[in-house]
Amino acid sequence: MTLIDLANPTRFLALTARVLPWLAAATVILLAIGLYQSAYAPDDYQQGATVKIMFIHVPNAWLSMFVWGVMSIASLGTLVWRHPLADVAAKAAAPIGASFTFLALLTGSLWGRPMWGTYWEWDARLTSVLILFLMYLGLMALWRAVDDPSRAARAAAVLTLVGAINLPIIKFSVDWWNTLHQPASVMRMGGSALDKSFLIPLLVMAIAFTLLFVTLHLAAMRNEILRRRVRSLQMMQASRIAFSSDVAAGSRQENASKEVGAA
Amino acid sequence: MTALAALIRRDIRIALRVGGGALIGVLFFLTVVVLMPFAVGPDLALLSRLGPAILWLGALLASLLTLDRLFMADHEDGSLDLITMSRTPLELACAAKALAHWLAAGLPLIVATPVLGLLLNLDMVATGAVALTLLAGTPALTFTGMIGAALAVTLHRGGLLMAVLVLPLSIPVLIFGVAASQAVIVGPMTFGAPFSILCALSLVSLVIGPFAAAASLRHGLD
Repeated sequence: MTLIDLANPTRFLALTARVLPWLAAATVILLAIGLYQSAYAPDDYQQGATVKIMFIHVPNAWLSMFVWGVMSIASLGTLVWRHPLADVAAKAAAPIGASFTFLALLTGSLWGRPMWGTYWEWDARLTSVLILFLMYLGLMALWRAVDDPSRAARAAAVLTLVGAINLPIIKFSVDWWNTLHQPASVMRMGGSALDKSFLIPLLVMAIAFTLLFVTLHLAAMRNEILRRRVRSLQMMQASRIAFSSDVAAGSRQENASKEVGAA
Repeated sequence: MTALAALIRRDIRIALRVGGGALIGVLFFLTVVVLMPFAVGPDLALLSRLGPAILWLGALLASLLTLDRLFMADHEDGSLDLITMSRTPLELACAAKALAHWLAAGLPLIVATPVLGLLLNLDMVATGAVALTLLAGTPALTFTGMIGAALAVTLHRGGLLMAVLVLPLSIPVLIFGVAASQAVIVGPMTFGAPFSILCALSLVSLVIGPFAAAASLRHGLD
């Protein structure tokens, strides 16, 4: 089973219809385990119970970047291989990615309230995630601005790839800007400094959220394919009605001219 | 080569003559800078501290607003189709068009900077620094903005959508442009580091911009 075998939307629908229930079940089980483990994880000696926000926050932040990566690969599929489902994948991923990014921002600011004493800090990480969120919204606006899906797909693909090149540059500049404006006041959470009692629930949650994304993404792709089928059926119907009324109008005109001729 | 030179000459001539509207950008720049004191108050010390930021924001908005004419006018009269079908690589043609646009709409902004610096109570050195950073940074704005202009012409949508798409991409240029200017005026930082990064950003956008714009024109026009 290669990627090109999935090019047929009907085959894709059939395959995902079989896979989706298993994926959803795996997501629910893993999420349950992850939530249970993170609820019973010990409190941090410095941050207290607020450290538990991390178990939601970090997977969201990880997915906010992962989804852009998925969209970039899909955009390559649109521009280079002209894969028929690539633009469906890119379009379906954008709102999901925006939601994960928004949740990352929200949980980050809820965490920041007790930690920094303010909901919003122009911290480098928060700022670059905010810019990522803006770019997701821009991409969604682009999809919504054009009614022809294939035309919007190619424009969105170019923009997604430009964004993929630019996002690391933006991240770097914001880091630089932040150190210039306010010297390190940010708490750092090095991966190695993390205790095992935090690390295992975090990993479980990260895998669960990734599965959640895959499930939602496949479901959204199915919806998008069905939506496009409905749209093309409606267009066909509309053109049939227009055509038949054209014919009717034409025959009426013919009759009228005949009558004029007879008179 | 002569085709590209002819394209540049033609674009500059069109931009500067009646109906071109390249110099409206300068007028917009002036208006934005004049509006600022009404928002923050006529405090000269405050204005001189905010000066580089105001000038950079003004230049950013001015160069963005003139951009949506970059391909639109050519698309309307059909010459864009000739350019895409000609033997000159589309990437080079895009680069030439962006260069012409920068010469016609970007350079006047830099020429106007010293006058606006006077209004904002910037001294000679500070004005020079801002003008120099604008000289190094505005090509990056034009060449990344060109991607947005190409998308706008293929989608038949300009204006706000393009601004929303392009503005996040120009954040790095803004950061390093203002940082290099501030380094000269107050900063403990050296001027060299942010300024070289600014030049690097311009060079990178010089490569990415034409390719992305040409790709979007090639895939999007019908």
